[in-house]
Amino acid sequence: MAGAALTRTDASTMPVREPLLQRRGFLGLLFMLPAAAFLLIFLTYPLGLGVWLGFTDTRVGRPGVFIGLENYQLLWEDSLFWLAVFNTILYTVAASILKFALGLWLALLLNEHLLFKALIRAVVLLPWVVPTVLSAIAFWWIYDAQFSVISWSLMKIGLIQSPINFLGDTTNARITVILTNVWRGIPFVAITLLAGLQTISPSLHEAATLDGATSWQRFRFITLPVLSPLIAVVMTFSVLFTFTDFQLIYVLTRGGPLNATHLMATLSFQRAIPGGQLGEGAAIAVAMVPFLLGAILFSYFGLQRRRWQQGGKD
Amino acid sequence: MALSRRDLLLGTAGVAAGAVGSQLLSASPAFAQAAAPSYKPEQGASLRVLRWTPFVKGDEDSWLANTKKFTEATGVQVRVDKESWEDIRPKAAVAANVGSGPDIMLVWFDDPFQYPDKLLDVTDIANSFASRYGGYYPGLEGYAKKGDNFIALPLAAIGNGILYRESMLQQAGWSKFPEKTDEFLEMCKALKAKSKPAGFALGKAVGDGNNFAHWIVWSHGGKMVDESGKVVINSPETIKALQYARELYQTFIPGTESWLDINNNRVFLSGDISVTANGVSLYYSAKNDPKLAEIAKDIRSTVTPTGPVGQPVELHQTTSAVIFQYTKYPNAARAYLQYMLDKPQMDEWITASSAYCCPPLKGMIDNPVWTADPVNEPYKRASSTLRPNGYAGPLGYASAATMADYVMVDMVAEAATGQRTPEEAAKRAEQRANRYYRV
Repeated sequence: MAGAALTRTDASTMPVREPLLQRRGFLGLLFMLPAAAFLLIFLTYPLGLGVWLGFTDTRVGRPGVFIGLENYQLLWEDSLFWLAVFNTILYTVAASILKFALGLWLALLLNEHLLFKALIRAVVLLPWVVPTVLSAIAFWWIYDAQFSVISWSLMKIGLIQSPINFLGDTTNARITVILTNVWRGIPFVAITLLAGLQTISPSLHEAATLDGATSWQRFRFITLPVLSPLIAVVMTFSVLFTFTDFQLIYVLTRGGPLNATHLMATLSFQRAIPGGQLGEGAAIAVAMVPFLLGAILFSYFGLQRRRWQQGGKD
Repeated sequence: MALSRRDLLLGTAGVAAGAVGSQLLSASPAFAQAAAPSYKPEQGASLRVLRWTPFVKGDEDSWLANTKKFTEATGVQVRVDKESWEDIRPKAAVAANVGSGPDIMLVWFDDPFQYPDKLLDVTDIANSFASRYGGYYPGLEGYAKKGDNFIALPLAAIGNGILYRESMLQQAGWSKFPEKTDEFLEMCKALKAKSKPAGFALGKAVGDGNNFAHWIVWSHGGKMVDESGKVVINSPETIKALQYARELYQTFIPGTESWLDINNNRVFLSGDISVTANGVSLYYSAKNDPKLAEIAKDIRSTVTPTGPVGQPVELHQTTSAVIFQYTKYPNAARAYLQYMLDKPQMDEWITASSAYCCPPLKGMIDNPVWTADPVNEPYKRASSTLRPNGYAGPLGYASAATMADYVMVDMVAEAATGQRTPEEAAKRAEQRANRYYRV
């Protein structure tokens, strides 16, 4: 304050320009510099480099030259790439819907009065807290073609005759990886929505109850509209995490069987690092961006619309 | 034929490697081909070696012991680092590209052909070894020699072989393991009938999956590319191989299409399957575990059956040693490899690796390790049955990328599981390979 006051008197007595370090605009820029540098070095540069690599034929061990859209053209004609796109969309859509439905349900349950509330809430977070690679390795055993504990139990009970081919059959494998992703993603959705639920003033519910609203009506016209900005944010993140999932697939199947669980992220890695085709791998990664942008735009311009939130129509 | 930019680059790479080779030859005193060149390590030299994490303990102990002897004899300090075998490829490529990192690396398969112009020529060392020890096995030489020059020194083949349970075979009525693919199929059917089926990895198993798929195709005369690098996988021989794979698959234990490298080991040791293919390490994990003593006693080994081509052909895993050109101590590096890969040290190392590593030179093949245990014996043939992964074409980016993209494995798995007909699977593999071997 004293500094600012001084500056002002100085400025009024002397028609000279302020010293550089005391000008608001310059200082602002100066203070933003560390953050900007951080963003530039760790976000913009890698992203820009990735996009650039997608336009080159760089290989691990050899700098590339600009080849325009050749990588994308080749991918366009590559059936494996399109299979990966299909798998990724299926994986994201199915897992996100399940995560949302089950996560919201879990949040509503946790919002009720329960014994050991704090403990239960902590336990619910576990799947999210455990590093994916660790839980994926546990699941790898659970889904093992020969030693699966699920198959073993069902066989002991006498419900099935031979082990379930969890990761070997293409359909089974897709269902299995989606369910595993859902298991891992639910806590994030549930705990975040729970935080939202707790901000809803009880008086709203009380007033509605007095007016004779059923519990469904209260959910539909109070909880959901109030929660929807949060839902938009949570689901955007959830979709982003699911779309870019890599670890789970890499540990469980590496994209097999017969590439039925190959996602764009795993295919990008397979081509870029073990395959050495950095340019093509980058192109696959960049090809994910439009889908991700679409998801973000949908949530920002769709889910966050005031009319929608208030239960109206466009 | 129009020259593509890629051809041009490859061409210049070759020229560069050649230029380096001639430079070295002129820089060092002229040696007769047979005489061992001698390299005097630079003053104050020290070396960094990056190798793959050993699969058997004895390998590492022996390698380090030999390294220590080298240090004692020359005063050159050598640091040996290790890295999981699948991480070696990107690490080596980055080191070559960036121009800094370890001086020497033990790399896999066609790695040296990804950056031939970044590697120190080692032709004179290789030639002196070859002339003193009866020559290299052609498969291993193929992974190290570009034109007339060695860009790497062949180190070892990590043998793949059949491991089976003798008692289970006998129960199924087979006293001897079949040598031909058609008898092999009959035996697998018999084993399946006795609920002790065979099992081979058909998932994305870098080692086992590739070994199995390449054996299926090669043993029937199929190949990915011809000598000129033209993709010829969609051939009648491949179709035959895939039809065979389809029949064979139906005798397997369920779930093999999801198997990664470790699965067959677990199932074999649990006693659920009677036959699988693996490195000899699987036998040793049974032998070294008192709880598995019964199983270990029952394990026998052999080479994979011979198909219509009439001779055993296999991929195996191959490792070679390379020196990067950026090394500050090229003579120390050469002296190190020359010492480590010479017969006395190799003999020790091969023995210590308990049949896991098979030597690259014909004159080194006689080693007590092969007779130390009857299970070791078939692995002695790894170097002689070995064929480079890009067979029969040139090695390079395309061969590496085709294998890394699991083109062969996917083709065999698609046809074996019935997901596609053999014709469709071969056609699709052709399309996929053509993306790398641009037509």
